[in-house]
Amino acid sequence: MIEFHLDSRSGVSPYLQIVQQVRQALRVGMLREGDQLPTVKEVVGQLAINPNTVLKAYRELEHEGLASARPGVGTFVTGSLGAESIAAQGPLRQALQRWIVKARRAGLDDESIEALFRDSFRSTAEEDIA
Amino acid sequence: MIAFSWRQFRTQALIGGAGLVVLGIILLVTGPHLVSIYDTAVAQCRASGGASSDCNNPVISTYSKLQVLATALVLIVPVLIGMFWGAPLIARELETGTFRLAWTQSVSRMRWLLVKLGLVGLASAVVAGLLGLMVTWWYSPIDKVNQNRFGTAAFGLHGFVPAGYALFAFALGATTGLLFRRTLPAMAVTLVGFVVARWSVGFWIRPHFMTPVTKSFGIDPNGALGFSESVAGGSLQFMAGPPDIPNALIVSTGVVNNAGQAPTSAFLQKACPNLPGVNGPPSPVQGGQAKAALSGNGQQAFQQCITTISSKFHEVATYQPANRFWVFQTYETLLFVVASAALAGLCVWWVRRRLS
Amino acid sequence: MSWVIDAQGLGKRYGGRWALKGCDLQIPSGHVVGLVGPNGAGKTTLLHLAVGLLAPTAGTLAVLGRAPAADPDQLARVGFVAQDTPTYARLTVADHLRFGRQMNPGWDDTLARQRVAELDLDLDQRAGSLSGGQRAQLALTLAVAKRPELLVLDEPVASLDPLARREFLQRLMEFVAEGEVSVVLSSHLVADLERVCDYLIVLVDSRLQLAGDVDDLLATHRRLVGPRRDPASLPSGQEVIEESHTDRQSTLLVRCDGPVLDPAWTVEELSLEDIVLAYMGQASSTRRARQALEVLS
Repeated sequence: MIEFHLDSRSGVSPYLQIVQQVRQALRVGMLREGDQLPTVKEVVGQLAINPNTVLKAYRELEHEGLASARPGVGTFVTGSLGAESIAAQGPLRQALQRWIVKARRAGLDDESIEALFRDSFRSTAEEDIA
Repeated sequence: MIAFSWRQFRTQALIGGAGLVVLGIILLVTGPHLVSIYDTAVAQCRASGGASSDCNNPVISTYSKLQVLATALVLIVPVLIGMFWGAPLIARELETGTFRLAWTQSVSRMRWLLVKLGLVGLASAVVAGLLGLMVTWWYSPIDKVNQNRFGTAAFGLHGFVPAGYALFAFALGATTGLLFRRTLPAMAVTLVGFVVARWSVGFWIRPHFMTPVTKSFGIDPNGALGFSESVAGGSLQFMAGPPDIPNALIVSTGVVNNAGQAPTSAFLQKACPNLPGVNGPPSPVQGGQAKAALSGNGQQAFQQCITTISSKFHEVATYQPANRFWVFQTYETLLFVVASAALAGLCVWWVRRRLS
Repeated sequence: MSWVIDAQGLGKRYGGRWALKGCDLQIPSGHVVGLVGPNGAGKTTLLHLAVGLLAPTAGTLAVLGRAPAADPDQLARVGFVAQDTPTYARLTVADHLRFGRQMNPGWDDTLARQRVAELDLDLDQRAGSLSGGQRAQLALTLAVAKRPELLVLDEPVASLDPLARREFLQRLMEFVAEGEVSVVLSSHLVADLERVCDYLIVLVDSRLQLAGDVDDLLATHRRLVGPRRDPASLPSGQEVIEESHTDRQSTLLVRCDGPVLDPAWTVEELSLEDIVLAYMGQASSTRRARQALEVLS
């Protein structure tokens, strides 16, 4: 069974961290289709967070098609991070590496590169939500 | 709530109960012996015509330490109950904050208060009442000798009236604890308040529960007689000790003539001219001793003096007769019970309306 | 939508001083509500009013739709843990469980014993010799096992070490996960509450400063950093909570209805603590202004 942890300094909201940890676990094979996710009670008993946070995370996973709740039984992994997304990662990684080289040549130091990336990432995320 | 109240009170109750049992055993073991001493020694003594004081000695001197202990217990147990069962009852919960735990359970504040007051109040009355009755039973041979159980000091140490005292002390303790919210000040105020109440009732109220009886007596030449001069000088008074009315509560005595007047200074000086220093000792002297202190002539003069006074004056005593003893016990107990109820009512009102 | 706590103009005065004043508050059910404010702000007063330990001086208060502590039924629906978690020092843990059972008809003894076993508490140990954390857990057990609809906790973790604090909140959240219960807990530290609360109330100087859903608060408050600007020039819909200026730069903490589109600003998200501190700062500058006015007039 997977166990969650929370990084209170990461700036990422708790429910998203849970979602990400499930996705990561799927990626590396720690979680497989049919596995049961910890119950809400187990998660909050370990992390001391609000149950609604966990419910929100599990709902998000359901929304993404990665999990499914069976009332009275628990929440189970139904999907997997498809080969498609893993396959898509290769070219994305290369594109990113090329961009970093370009930024360095433009004179940006490491910190500026990170800041630029974080800013753009966030503003895109906000546009997504809005 | 009752079960929990008992749990909180359990240790104190066990201490009280154990003390009662231990004392009870001691009294039970020694009581019959005391009775037998009375029966044999005193009866023999009287039959052979000895002086009453000598007859009384064997009884008074047996178990003298236990006598002191028993009377001391009846005297202080009510106020100890007030201080140690009453004062902490509510004050402790207020001090430690546990009232915030108790008042947020599914029991109303009123029920909480009434059960606590009722349970421990009942225990207080029962313990003190049993103590009083036990000691009274054990003391009866001595009472038969002393015949003063109706006296101001002895009354409260006999019978069931200690139950009323204890209930009142408990109620006083609980109420002051509630008002002050601190145990120690409540204990102090309970002690002082109880002593004041007990003393006041004994001196000023008890003698007037019923209209006292008034009776005239001759002046006893062997009684306590004496003269006193007022500080300002010039005003001579003749005083006689109370007449021997066994087991009565003497309210007042006086030496008066048929018209109800006390002897004047002039009369006394005329009646007792040969008495050296007719401005005698400032406090009444035992008639027998005064006579003995004077020389032969002096004794005769004293005798004549008393005879002269007695021709015109007699002693009048206002008192509560012995057969009213148990009625008075009832009245005094009721008085203290009513006072306790009033205090409990104050607690109820305070908790319902004001404590916040 | 039902309110667990509905206060209108609620106030409490001790002698000359108002411990709580003009409080209008509606707390929705089904949340874990954090009540934050500096010491002396009126948090304990508000909570004591809610559980019926105090009576209001002004205004009205309804808890779960009824007057607080109106009768034993109402008392049974609300569980309370007071500050410093009072327990009967000379009674044992088992005595306390019996106490709970005897004083509450709705007592769930199985739950109570289960919790005590999980917490590894010795049933025969006197409460006075338990550690602070254990006492807090015992007090929580007593409040929880009567199966209340509303659980009120007054600074439950303030005097606990970090481990005890974490364990207390873990057990509390487990209980919340189990069923339909609303929780109101107070603290003077936001950090304690951030993980567990989904609704926040800020109380400063005996007055309500802020009340709202945590996600909502995080989504609608932003820090704006940019060239020096007069806050009055901001569009409506952006309310400045806190501002600070140098000769070149302005830093504003704003509450906004929608996204901030002005490119001159660098927009940053805030932590809950930042938001609370800003509102608390706003309160003290209002108080200073009020006091200054009092001096002048």
